[in-house]
Amino acid sequence: MIDWGAIFSNAAVELISPTTAAYALAALGLAIHFGYTGLLNFGQAGFMALGAYGFAISTLSFGFPVWGAVLVGVGASVVFALVLGIPTLRLRADYLAIVTIAAAEIVRLLFTTNTFQSITGSANGLSGYKGGFAGLNPIPEGRYGFGPFEYNEYDWWLRIVAWSIVALACLFTWQIMRSPWGRVIKGIREDEDAVRALGKNVYSYKMQSLILGGVFGTIAGMIFVLPRAVVPSNYQTSLTFFIYAILLLGGASTILGPVIGSMVFWVLLSFFSGFIARAVEAGWIPFITSIQAGQLRFILVGVAIMLIVIFRPQGIFGNKKELAFVK
Amino acid sequence: MLVIFFGLLFAALTMSTFATVSASPAHADEVGTDEYEFVLTGNVQFDQKPLDNVLITVEGAGYEASVETGADGKWKVGVPEKAAYTVTLDEETLPEGVVVAKGGSVIEAEFALTKVKSVNFFLGEGTRTTVSFFDQFINRFVNGLNFGLLLALAAIGLSLIFGTTGLSNFAHAEMITFGALMSLLFSVTLGLPIWLAIIIAVALSAGFGWSLDAVIWKPLRRKGVGLIPLMIVSIGLSLALRYLFQIFVGGGTSQLPGSGLADMQLGPIRLSMIDVASMGISIVVLLAVSYFLLRTRIGKATRAVSDNPSLASASGIDVDGVIRIVWVLGGALAGLSGILWAYFRPGVSWDMGFQILLLVFAAVTLGGLGTAFGALIGSIIVGLFVELSTLLLPSDLKYVGALVVLILVLLLRPQGILGRKERIG
Amino acid sequence: MSNNTVPSNKPVKSTDLHIGEAEPGCKKRDPILVADGVSRTFGGLKAVDVDHVEIPRGAITALIGPNGAGKTTLFNLLTGFDKPDTGSWTFEGRPLSGMPAFKVARMGQVRTFQLTKALGLLTVMDNMLLGAKGQAGENLFRAIFPFFWAKQEEANRVQALDILERFKLDTKKDDYAASLSGGQRKLLEMARALMSEPSLVMLDEPMAGVNPALTQSLLDHILNLKAEGMTVLFVEHDMHMVRHIADWVIVMAEGRVVAEGDPHEVMRNPAVIDAYLGQHHDEDLGEDPAAETERVEAIKELLD
Repeated sequence: MIDWGAIFSNAAVELISPTTAAYALAALGLAIHFGYTGLLNFGQAGFMALGAYGFAISTLSFGFPVWGAVLVGVGASVVFALVLGIPTLRLRADYLAIVTIAAAEIVRLLFTTNTFQSITGSANGLSGYKGGFAGLNPIPEGRYGFGPFEYNEYDWWLRIVAWSIVALACLFTWQIMRSPWGRVIKGIREDEDAVRALGKNVYSYKMQSLILGGVFGTIAGMIFVLPRAVVPSNYQTSLTFFIYAILLLGGASTILGPVIGSMVFWVLLSFFSGFIARAVEAGWIPFITSIQAGQLRFILVGVAIMLIVIFRPQGIFGNKKELAFVK
Repeated sequence: MLVIFFGLLFAALTMSTFATVSASPAHADEVGTDEYEFVLTGNVQFDQKPLDNVLITVEGAGYEASVETGADGKWKVGVPEKAAYTVTLDEETLPEGVVVAKGGSVIEAEFALTKVKSVNFFLGEGTRTTVSFFDQFINRFVNGLNFGLLLALAAIGLSLIFGTTGLSNFAHAEMITFGALMSLLFSVTLGLPIWLAIIIAVALSAGFGWSLDAVIWKPLRRKGVGLIPLMIVSIGLSLALRYLFQIFVGGGTSQLPGSGLADMQLGPIRLSMIDVASMGISIVVLLAVSYFLLRTRIGKATRAVSDNPSLASASGIDVDGVIRIVWVLGGALAGLSGILWAYFRPGVSWDMGFQILLLVFAAVTLGGLGTAFGALIGSIIVGLFVELSTLLLPSDLKYVGALVVLILVLLLRPQGILGRKERIG
Repeated sequence: MSNNTVPSNKPVKSTDLHIGEAEPGCKKRDPILVADGVSRTFGGLKAVDVDHVEIPRGAITALIGPNGAGKTTLFNLLTGFDKPDTGSWTFEGRPLSGMPAFKVARMGQVRTFQLTKALGLLTVMDNMLLGAKGQAGENLFRAIFPFFWAKQEEANRVQALDILERFKLDTKKDDYAASLSGGQRKLLEMARALMSEPSLVMLDEPMAGVNPALTQSLLDHILNLKAEGMTVLFVEHDMHMVRHIADWVIVMAEGRVVAEGDPHEVMRNPAVIDAYLGQHHDEDLGEDPAAETERVEAIKELLD
């Protein structure tokens, strides 16, 4: 029989997992790009990769302390945003989409190639960079928590730091989006020529938005690799698409949408794969194997993206009137 | 700016190779075995002597890892799923005078009942023929032309769809894969002769294009959904179709009949019969498409719709009809491109279209968004660039060159090579 | 568009604006904008080719001409939204050529668009506030701390409400701009431009697509701009309106300035009748064909 308890507790664990936090933060960055400014950034995976590798490489190869490694990652993503933005932010929106998707692939291929194996670990990636972060942990050794939420001190430390960063990022975004700066940004989404005619330097604002959202993605990339290893195949284009799915699910121009979207996405995904896997084992679904069951969830994500965009473009939390799609 | 950035990146990476701290995994000959329960393993020996430091790459089921053989010639790679994997031995890392004798340096491995699967390569004596730079250049050039032509088939369809509907169709990747899968189904599974299988596959691809338009895109156009949401719908569709394909065909790679054909020597150029046929087919089809666009009534109507849909509609052109034709044509061209791509790679796999999607987009953008002939030129440039760059770059970086060129071209000539100048603010 | 709409008050016409003969490119007593040798070609077609033109300060100048005369292109060039092939121009004596659009606007030369660009998913109030100049809170770092900008924001809000009252939009201040009617959006766009306290207001077809009831109040608002000391330059099709409110008329055809002068005089100028009226001699100007061609032009603009 199916062990419902295990399926539900596995799904519940995703609610506060660091991965959920990382995706939420990356989606919040994308909300700044896409939802508020109308920039089509399809290279969020590239920003995340820069965060992950920037952090890991500066720790492993150069022995940087945690704060230094974080700065390296953030610095790399600022440079990356400038490189992407300078040629494309003056052009039509779809050029940014193509250039960002291409640039993110370039980044991934450069991290994957055997040429730089000694520093990037090529296809195997990197591990063993968590010591500095674990060393900052004030929580004494031991296991804490209840029910499915029982973790050791490192896992709790990671969850606390990850979700504190997400909370701060939400507050920050909320604050700037209700300021005159946010008004200009939203104006650009609506019609950049009109904003230009009112004396605002649209190019500069778009660049600020690209950098800011990119830095969020970079920090998300660091949170993402703290519970696991850095593996280049994680940073494929599909990662960006998943983050778009989360953003659209929650609502593209909302603050809490990306966070709730990420929680819903991961809980549902875990529940679904848990259920399918066990249903297959129990022989409920005779015509598919367990490997095929694993692929079903990607199909589900794809179909979900299509349905949300067509039938509920404002997402779960978005205001129907403020559905944030650029023309 | 970009050049400087990458220059710096390269410099930083080269410099750091001198740094003593290395980030290689603890056991060079074992990767991911602690993490995953399924293991691919093998033993690289030549003449009963183990060979060390031979690079083995494992790829499949969305996972990728590489490992170097230990002093005993053994290697082990842990993999996450009990799926099909492509195991590649890098011949460059074999000692002088040793090559992979038979079966090739790429092996498809699928787990049977156990959690361990052993994969062995047959090594033999031989020399890797070293070719002069000029001959290499010519060979790469011809290969690049072949690749560019097959990209062009897909790119023209993508470009026509973009021109007439404004949609950046990410699901074009799956239209490419669809053609290859259908030809595999009819030739290998159902045992039809390959020429017939190809014709059926192209016809079905055309039907696939038509039905995508009829079931998804036409209703959405009617609903007045904006271009950006449409593009995101195509991303969702691409993801769903791709994994649907994987459910049906699995994560492995299968070969179409005749893909192992030996190379012929034409002067300095080494080509197989398949390569020649592939180029021939591409050129004939591209000429036919040009004739269609330039000389026939429907073709002219298509270009008119691309230029200015409302004006075309006002002058009595059936815009919906033209769009339907464009989808049928785009589907057929993408399917054919997929078949040729299956021979070029070689192999049919569930994500083969997605692997070149970005290059197709790069080609279309290079040529100028929405111009069919621009897409042709862009494709050939991308194809040549990808192949020629392997003369200078490691082969796992060959796509990087093409993508960097894309970004550089956008810097210098944002409207693309044949595009009309945009008003840029 | 109605032909018998007149401003509610009889407008006070400014006269004696030019020096010498009223001919193309004639000198003005007090020009605010002076352009020289401005040309722009689109694919071999000369859209704009203006030798010399001066816009008089403190007056309402109408820029008229048949479709395709290059009026909107000239507007785009003068405001930095398009780059000319040749030419230079000065605004308040300062050279403007090559300056990006946002800097032009900051110098006090603001424009509106033929196709209204109300920012639909912002409230009417936010639209207005966006127009204000020199906002501290528009800097990302100061945006984080409200005490840097809260006071200024309050002042801007008062000013915005004041302007909105004048434009009778104050009751709509919390609505999304997308919910306004076409005419109200035109009003909002004009009101928003006033937030920056400009010295030259450039209106691209302010009456296009506005219902007759609102045309009345739009005309009054344009006259009010002049009364408040601003200079107005506007593009218009409807000759009757031009006659009522313009102090000076510049006629363009095929990219060139073919005539200038007092509205009533210009109408009698043979060059104008030839270039403009001659083109559709049996149509009443400002009738529906204009709206029709306007739509085609709108499509062209979109395609560009």
